[in-house]
Amino acid sequence: MANALNGAGGAMPMVESLLKSQLNGERLELAAGGAWTAANAGELETLVDRAAGEAAQAKSVSIDMAGVREFDTFGAWLLERLTRAWSATGREPVIVGMPQHDRGLLKEMHGVNREPAKPLPEENRIMGALAAVGQAGAGFGRDLLLLVDMLGAVGIAALRVIARPREYRFTSTVNQFDRVAWQAVPIILLITFLIGGIIAQQGIFHFRKFGAELYAVDLVAILVLREIGVLIVAIMVAGRSGSSYTAELGSMKMREEIDALRTMGFDPIEVLILPRILVLIVALPVLTFLGSMAALYGGGLVAWLYGGISPDIYIQRLTDAISLTHFKVGILKAPFMGLVIGIVACAEGLQVKGSAESLGLKTTASVVKSIFLVIVLDGLFAIFFASIGM
Amino acid sequence: MAQEPVIKVHDLVVGFGDQIVLDSLSLDVRGGEILGVVGGSGAGKSVLLRTIIGLLPKRQGSIEVLGVDLAKASEAERRALERRWGVLFQQGALFSSLTVRENVQFPMRENLTLSPRLMDEMALAKLEMVGLTPDDANKFPAELSGGMTKRAALARALALDPEIVFLDEPTSGLDPISAGDFDELIRTLQQTLGLTVFMVTHDLESLYTACDRVAVIADGKVVAEGPIAAMLESTHPWVRTYFQGKRGELLIDRRMSVSP
Repeated sequence: MANALNGAGGAMPMVESLLKSQLNGERLELAAGGAWTAANAGELETLVDRAAGEAAQAKSVSIDMAGVREFDTFGAWLLERLTRAWSATGREPVIVGMPQHDRGLLKEMHGVNREPAKPLPEENRIMGALAAVGQAGAGFGRDLLLLVDMLGAVGIAALRVIARPREYRFTSTVNQFDRVAWQAVPIILLITFLIGGIIAQQGIFHFRKFGAELYAVDLVAILVLREIGVLIVAIMVAGRSGSSYTAELGSMKMREEIDALRTMGFDPIEVLILPRILVLIVALPVLTFLGSMAALYGGGLVAWLYGGISPDIYIQRLTDAISLTHFKVGILKAPFMGLVIGIVACAEGLQVKGSAESLGLKTTASVVKSIFLVIVLDGLFAIFFASIGM
Repeated sequence: MAQEPVIKVHDLVVGFGDQIVLDSLSLDVRGGEILGVVGGSGAGKSVLLRTIIGLLPKRQGSIEVLGVDLAKASEAERRALERRWGVLFQQGALFSSLTVRENVQFPMRENLTLSPRLMDEMALAKLEMVGLTPDDANKFPAELSGGMTKRAALARALALDPEIVFLDEPTSGLDPISAGDFDELIRTLQQTLGLTVFMVTHDLESLYTACDRVAVIADGKVVAEGPIAAMLESTHPWVRTYFQGKRGELLIDRRMSVSP
């Protein structure tokens, strides 16, 4: 046990040198000492490499290990490396003064690292860059396919549920609705209230130059009802619920819970994903309505306090400026945005592989992609509504 | 083999809420031995292991590892002590975003100053010692089988040449052949490296092949302690059922017929 139990040898001053060499005629004599352990491995490596070079001048080499106080696998490997270097040049080294116990360890090291590790394939930088571009393109196509695939799978699951409505998981749906819609209400109200106020303030500030403060009310009403209300809500929900869908499904995938469901004869899409997506489709219009109202309220408050537009006039102006069309344009978009967020979040969740890192990556990807797609979708809707004259 | 204890647990009390898991438990682990800790599910074997390595708080009692009392040790002493032991967790607990080689190199990189070449060589040496090939070194933990995960985790536990290795159910989830190989591996490593091994296990076979001594935990205490032969003579009901139940007897019969 010379190597292990005296491990607390730190009390001894480290004066003994680890490896001393002496050229004696044509014989290189090395004397090892001190602790040949992990703690000294860095220093020891330099000494060992130097000694391996010195052997060039000698015909034979010997190494005396009697002075070694502690010896572990690091020391054993470095000694093995030294003897291998000597053997390679045809000088078979003689090792003396080594306790039986340490010889066992050296023998253990004798077999290792014989087979050089396969180096990782070298990459050509230009080819690597090209490959990265290609992979990104292919990845984009794959993502799109995945989304379409998920949409189809959810559609089929929905049809099955319509055929057998008794099997639909209402409890799970209500639970999800509580988490996604009800618990999101306070934060959505607060944020849209502030956004409405900010739009009103900016509108009044700039329109005042033309004496057209009252038009700020039109600005708030149209912007909030058609665009901002639904967009802010969709982005909030993507960050809040989309990310949690991905993380939940991803960790269920990692712990084989999804496989377990499948082997029990349940379709994970029907059990886990359909309720979540349906909840988003229902929750987004509800949240959009609440958010838009909060934004109009915030806008009115700022118009009154900052712009001196009294509530009576504000409401009067609102009824003149907006029609049901504006409201419909906003609220019609909401379920589609919910669908996109849900599809992206669930598809990403099922893509999670075994590592914790991949869970993080997929959660990020889920939020980024769903916000991106929500904005793209909003643009498409703008073109659509413009061309049908809404 | 040195006989003085390297782990001294005295009057240890550990509990969660109202539940007392370990009730004034005392146990010594001697230097250079393989101690197997057994007990029913929920008896507190893993709790004992986690308390010794400082992952769970204790309510009373003292724990001394390699002469250091963890409760009184300074931050620096603690860190120094933690370098002198290695832990193999039940599920391996390999870092999933690092390759096997990087997992083994992680403790080396943090605690030592080594050249990249030496670090690569040492990582591969450790992996070969536990029976993995250089090809496995570049795999990620998710690509390994159960047995390989345990081996890789053992290589990481051995990365800094620890004096004590804690093993939490090293053979659980392995097939009997892999489990047998693993027991043998632990035995060989213990002999060549002069390790002290603290092994929590369910596996009777491991107790017979690998362990020098066995400690049985029941009712929050060590109810029996000693070599296997002493276990067979114990009168404690749980110990009797465990070692002399159907599975136990089968093993005894087989051993007797193989080595009379």
